Amino acid sequence: MEILKSAAAGTLESSDCLVTVEPGEGITLDLSSSVMNQYGRQIKAAVLETLERLEVQNANVTVVDKGALECSLKARVECAVFRSCGASSANIPWGGAVR
Amino acid sequence: MINAVGRDIPEELLVNGKEVYQGKFYMDGKYMQKAAPKTRRYEKPAESKIVATLVDALKQCGAKDGMTFSFHHHLRNGDYVANMVMKAAIEELGLKDLTIAATSLGEAHDPIADYIEEGKVIGIQTSGIRGRMGEVVSAGKLKTPAIIRSHGGRPRAIEAGEVHIDIAFVAAPTSDCVGNCRGIGGKSNCGSLGYAMTDAKYADHVVVVTDCLVDFPNFPASVEAIDVDAVVVVDSIGNPKKIASAAARISQNPRDLMMAENVAKVIASTPYFKEGFSFQTGVGGPSLAANLFLEKYMDARNIKMGWAIGGICGPMVELLKKGKVGKVIDVQDFDLDAVNSINQTPGHYEMSASQYANPANKGAFVNKLDFVVLAALEIDTGFNVNVLTGSDGVLRGAPGGHPDTAAGSKVCIIVTPLTRGRMATVCEKVVTVTTPGDCVDVLVTDYGIAVNPLRPDLIECLDNAGIPHVTIESLKEKAYSLVGRPDDLQWEDKVVAVLEARDGTILDVVRKIKPLEL
Repeated sequence: MEILKSAAAGTLESSDCLVTVEPGEGITLDLSSSVMNQYGRQIKAAVLETLERLEVQNANVTVVDKGALECSLKARVECAVFRSCGASSANIPWGGAVR
Repeated sequence: MINAVGRDIPEELLVNGKEVYQGKFYMDGKYMQKAAPKTRRYEKPAESKIVATLVDALKQCGAKDGMTFSFHHHLRNGDYVANMVMKAAIEELGLKDLTIAATSLGEAHDPIADYIEEGKVIGIQTSGIRGRMGEVVSAGKLKTPAIIRSHGGRPRAIEAGEVHIDIAFVAAPTSDCVGNCRGIGGKSNCGSLGYAMTDAKYADHVVVVTDCLVDFPNFPASVEAIDVDAVVVVDSIGNPKKIASAAARISQNPRDLMMAENVAKVIASTPYFKEGFSFQTGVGGPSLAANLFLEKYMDARNIKMGWAIGGICGPMVELLKKGKVGKVIDVQDFDLDAVNSINQTPGHYEMSASQYANPANKGAFVNKLDFVVLAALEIDTGFNVNVLTGSDGVLRGAPGGHPDTAAGSKVCIIVTPLTRGRMATVCEKVVTVTTPGDCVDVLVTDYGIAVNPLRPDLIECLDNAGIPHVTIESLKEKAYSLVGRPDDLQWEDKVVAVLEARDGTILDVVRKIKPLEL
């Protein structure tokens, strides 16, 4: 998918995360997390894997994590990407690219 | 050297007779020589000990570089006194190389973090460390490793002379002109002054700081004038709103209530739950709610609690007033109901930290305790508990009376949710061992109950009562299945804090955390 405009998903509540995607060259990830020392590596892997699954090749991604579970994290990334393409209101590929 | 809870204690700390932790009650029966303070004679009758300022009091007590000042934390997050004293000593008198020996330190003491960064405060000895203090110590900015002791371990160390207090500062809600102090009757009331008592007896000098001067004699006194050098009257010793909350409310969170009910069920299944039993609970959500469910079982069996100890709050005072507990013995008060009850409600008494929990005296209250219900930041599969460091390795907690009550009680129950956010509370290996697993008996979580295999008698009690329980390993696996298995924290070699077991041996160390680089 191609990032057309800036979009965000999520909140800064405890156990959630705020994911922002913007158009960019290649993938850059700016990650901060309240559980960085224990889960930073896994959060990074989950975000990159989700972007790859959605076939996003160019994006500046910012994740401010407040201890979200991996399922929440992936859902927030998916939502931000779909919003950035204006594709979040209908025909979401449930069970396909979005799992 | 590896100690009895499997922690590697650096050899350089094992000097001057210091040993590693060898299991509970290792020091039983040994003799110790008590230290005595060097105190000044005030033989000539004086009308008053009031001096104009903290600086005057410091000068009178011979304050100089390298001294150790002690503080107590009954004013909790409302405390102004520690900051005022350190400011006077450092900014007005220009003192340096100071050590703070406090019963606990919290967010109220954030300004002192600056003095650590400036190198003016070089030592911290405390039972709790939170806020900016915790952060700067974790970042390795304190010149010497902080020493963390339990509420019982602290008076033991003072009495043994391992901590020598040059000047003890007593934050007194009321005092008379010669230094008889009470925790009630003023405008910043905190109730019990139990943590200040040992300090006042063993410090070379004692300075009372009060914001409410009352007529002599202010009796019965918690800290007595016979130990006091000077009295300073200030505008305010603390923020009453932060000293004691209106009333500790019982949680309405269904998860807390479910865990609390299971705690009460476990208690009621044991033979120790009988007429006259003794009890202590923390003030966390599920721990406090356990009071409520326990009362139901007491009514059903028609039994009464003999006595309760600890930090006291409203629900325990209610039980006392209803005649369902015989006596409440109190080292600290958490809410206004408790503050207004101590020494007022018949049966509600004050005690010192030593009387509460000191393992080296001839029998502290914790040794007679049947049940204690406690919380945990983390508990591992060896039942070791951490209440000091966050899962990220930063100091932000307090052993308090946790290790003391766990070791002394017949049944120690830890109640905690299985996960908090993405933190697995039940884990493979706690970051820091603050209470050794051989003192912990039962774990109650929202996903099940586990009993320490060291207690087959309790396993039988639960089985007979039909209370389901699982292994602690299965709880850990459940937690990891929800939040993922965390990576091991990365540490530098530098030790930032030494965790003493209550008997004075070394239980664990906290090293400087190495932040993750992605």
